[in-house]
Amino acid sequence: MEATKKEHELIVSVSPHVKSDETTSRIMWTVCLALLPAFLSGVYFFGLKALFITALCVLSSVIFESLYLKVVDKKSAVGDGSGFLTGLLLGMNLPASLWSFSPFTVHIPIIASFVAIVITKQLFGGLGYNVFNPALIGRAFALISWPRAMTIWMTPTASILAMDAKTTATPLGILKEEGIAKLIEVFGDKVSLYEHLLAGNRAGSIGETSVIALLIGGLFLLYKKYITWHIPVAFLGTAAVIAWVFGGKEGVLTGDPLIHLMSGGMMLGAWFMATDYVTSPSMRKAQLIFGAGCGALTMLIRLKGGFPEGVMFAILIMNCFAPLLDRGFRSKVFGAVKTAKEIKK
Amino acid sequence: MGHDFTKLFELIVSASLINNFVFTRFLGLCIFFGVSKKMETAVGMSITFISVMMISAAVSWVIFNLVLVPLEITFLQIIVFIGVIAGLVQVSDTIMRKVSPGLYYKLGIYLALISTNCIILAVPLINAEEKYTFIQSLAFGLGSGLGFALALIIMASIREKLELADVPAPFKGLPMAFVITGLIALAFTGFSGLITL
Repeated sequence: MEATKKEHELIVSVSPHVKSDETTSRIMWTVCLALLPAFLSGVYFFGLKALFITALCVLSSVIFESLYLKVVDKKSAVGDGSGFLTGLLLGMNLPASLWSFSPFTVHIPIIASFVAIVITKQLFGGLGYNVFNPALIGRAFALISWPRAMTIWMTPTASILAMDAKTTATPLGILKEEGIAKLIEVFGDKVSLYEHLLAGNRAGSIGETSVIALLIGGLFLLYKKYITWHIPVAFLGTAAVIAWVFGGKEGVLTGDPLIHLMSGGMMLGAWFMATDYVTSPSMRKAQLIFGAGCGALTMLIRLKGGFPEGVMFAILIMNCFAPLLDRGFRSKVFGAVKTAKEIKK
Repeated sequence: MGHDFTKLFELIVSASLINNFVFTRFLGLCIFFGVSKKMETAVGMSITFISVMMISAAVSWVIFNLVLVPLEITFLQIIVFIGVIAGLVQVSDTIMRKVSPGLYYKLGIYLALISTNCIILAVPLINAEEKYTFIQSLAFGLGSGLGFALALIIMASIREKLELADVPAPFKGLPMAFVITGLIALAFTGFSGLITL
């Protein structure tokens, strides 16, 4: 008698009632794992400097987060891996050349981490409430504050000990300043240019160069169902169409979408930055618009703007619109009664 | 004619997005912070703001080019524009009290403050400075109004989202609004160098 009573006891709890092994920290660490190939390829091409810069970002992000949580007397949330992921993403978005002591630029990653973790994430109430992508705000802050240091790009050397490598321009920088002919000339021919871009053997931020490694990571996340196809596909598709239609010098429909898709931070942005749960809309239709907006703004800045690269700013601008987009596509509440205004329409 | 349309389009896009008054010149912050707490007031203020802006741009263009310039008293432009704007705000104030009393009380003091809003004054002054034609002045006023409306609505959506967030006590409310505005401005720097007028 006693036993049956226990069996039929009602458990009252708030939703969600479906339980799974997925936790925040598990998702965060899986995303870190998905970033690993791109990070390793960055270390392969830019040497130990890349490793040091990323480690510095990760370390300072985690330290700032635990310090802040200690100061405001909150439960430590360092174990959930979100601070680690922010640091990793920030590091992968910085140029490896920042690891230099004359001129001294090692403080830049530390300050960028502070801006990312404390101002962009914790001031807004911590994980889940931040409006902007912390890593991107950190990078944008660094780019505006130290424009010179943030645009010194190392030539990829593929030797681990390359401590004082030559500097060069990124493919997008060459494309902006000198045009496509010069870009092809630098890399030999078109096929070789594509090969370099695909493998990641080109100047750029630590983690953005290797298209193939980023694709592996992105598809892994897609396979694990941690992200959906909506944002990346809308992002890359819109960018490709605009690059094809308006990207060419000889008129419409002569642009080369592949160069634009494989250069700059396009892959890193589309797969890992724009798909951030917190700062992107959660409704599917809103996600499509969000992705398309990112792609369009990226190409607008690349083709017409003052900066050679627009992925970071495009995602940040669309981050501002994410709460609005979610509002606009709010699903209808089942059984809700129409208000007088709606009936009138 | 095609060239004119491009110019008008550029004016609207430039004033509303690229050189957004709130995010790149930090004008009009008083109303911006005051009414962006709730989406309803933000939308109401946007509509009022755009209509006042358009009408004041048109009226001040007429007065500037047909009265001040022929009489060579353009040094009086600031006083004259303020008078025009104050009159228009009084009109919209009266209309709103009749048409939508609820919104009128929600907007409260900020409705009267439109008359001293820097964007509304800046637009006729810039129109006079740049010697825009009548249509261009209207386009510039529309762009600026749309830009302000955009800023208000984005801000309201973000602040409503943060309503439930665990923001540290000293930063609750206005301080956080300033932080958000700074970060949006950081994002909008991406537009720099896009269209130079």
